[in-house]
Amino acid sequence: MISIDEVRETIRMISESNLDVRTITMGISLLDCADSDEKAFRGKIYGKITRKAERLSRVGDEISREYGVPVINKRVSVTPIAIAAAGCRCEDYVEIARTLDRAAREVGVDFIGGFSALVQKGSTPEDHKLLASIPQALAETERVCSSVNAASTRSGINIDAVNVVARIVKDAAMMTKDRDSIGCAKFVVFCNAVEDNPFMAGAFHGPGEGDCAINVGVSGPGVVKKAIEAARGADFETLCETVKRTAFKITRLGQLVAREASRRLGVPFGVIDLSLAPTPAIGDSIAEILQEMGLEQPGAPGTTAAIAILNDNVKKGGVMASSYVGGLSGAFIPVSEDHGMIEAVRAGALTLEKLEAITCVCSVGIDMVAIPGDTSADTIAGLILDEMAIGMINGKTTAVRVIPVVGKQVGDTAEFGGLLGSAPVMAINHFKCGDFVRRGGRIPAPIHSFRN
Amino acid sequence: MKGIVTVLGRDSVGIIAKICAYLSERNSNVLDISQTIVGGYFNMMMIVDLSDSSEPIAMMASGLETIGRDIGVLVKLQHEDIFNAMHRI
Repeated sequence: MISIDEVRETIRMISESNLDVRTITMGISLLDCADSDEKAFRGKIYGKITRKAERLSRVGDEISREYGVPVINKRVSVTPIAIAAAGCRCEDYVEIARTLDRAAREVGVDFIGGFSALVQKGSTPEDHKLLASIPQALAETERVCSSVNAASTRSGINIDAVNVVARIVKDAAMMTKDRDSIGCAKFVVFCNAVEDNPFMAGAFHGPGEGDCAINVGVSGPGVVKKAIEAARGADFETLCETVKRTAFKITRLGQLVAREASRRLGVPFGVIDLSLAPTPAIGDSIAEILQEMGLEQPGAPGTTAAIAILNDNVKKGGVMASSYVGGLSGAFIPVSEDHGMIEAVRAGALTLEKLEAITCVCSVGIDMVAIPGDTSADTIAGLILDEMAIGMINGKTTAVRVIPVVGKQVGDTAEFGGLLGSAPVMAINHFKCGDFVRRGGRIPAPIHSFRN
Repeated sequence: MKGIVTVLGRDSVGIIAKICAYLSERNSNVLDISQTIVGGYFNMMMIVDLSDSSEPIAMMASGLETIGRDIGVLVKLQHEDIFNAMHRI
């Protein structure tokens, strides 16, 4: 029998520490919508998305009410459009992005991911078409998220794609300059992208997935922080154990919600993504966890170790609690979405270089970082290339989501509003790398990709 | 199916009576009650059998919340599984 103390602990986690299920994301395959007529294709994808996800939002809210736990976001991810739309005879894919946007609005989800291309080794004419359509698609739609996989441990890094992506980032920034270049906040470039990630902006439904799946992202930085408050001054064994136990409980909640959503929607359960994701709310911050661990500010020496043990123990606790773990399952440090990280940047504690170092251990990437609007495409390509190299060599997912905010300089702030928060413009190393990145071509796969 | 009702707030006359009346009107049987009062704060948990309830759990949860607001305490009804999932392997 459940005891009154256990009940109180759960209720406190929800009411005082912002415990929630961050997202229920429905992955939908669009492979069966292929059609050479672009208009017919759009009709089919609109029909399939709105049919499959019709009840998603309602079911999410029902579960939330019955179990008394907030389910924050309901989202949809689809097959990368460069693959799904490959058979269409058309000039560009912007109209397809508009169709995705309309479908997302119709089913009441705030983001739809999958305006994507997988070009880690090479690109098809359709991939080029998609890449060329991204800036306009981001500028003219509200809910469509886009991603590009430009590198992998197996294939190496496609430098030509990285250079194109850097240009996309610049163009998207320019086309949304009246809104602090928000277009870039909906676009991410990956190394080792995963096919079942429920988190935006990088969610897409990979070609190796089934027809439809429910993937759930749990969260709870506030709960972890609260738990380690009780271990103040204790040694690392106790600290790690505390994080692990807390992660177990958080993940069990996610597993329950995922199973229930899958049952009610009649869609197979995919994975639980074990990532600690912050929101701009006080008490829902990764930075606060680092401070509770004993760092004055994120970015102080010790930060990389702190992130490493934090996420390693989240995984250790979480894996035991769920039957299928997948997605990114890493630490998210989206600077604009974490009030503690924003303060650390303002205080001069957290730099771009430290954020890059953190991605070597557990963090998923340079995420939601605003840089000066006059940063060159070459410099952005260099930054992306560094992240891709870290992912490729370490066999992990890394990503870059930077916003070169047009008209803003270091010290200014970009305001995105809502969940995307606000970002202090960070300094980026101004020494040139153009002659390096513009060599073009491909970086061959690393030696440890030859495992057979 | 079982639900857990929790009540938290300043103690006053008739809290349990009002909640039990609401539950019985909806054909829901109270299986177990435990409560503590510390420093005038009332902390109660009820395990309720909802298998024959006349209303869905989500609707009863919002009904109980309203009763709580009227008497100035926080009342929640949640599906038992959330606690089992988090605290039992």
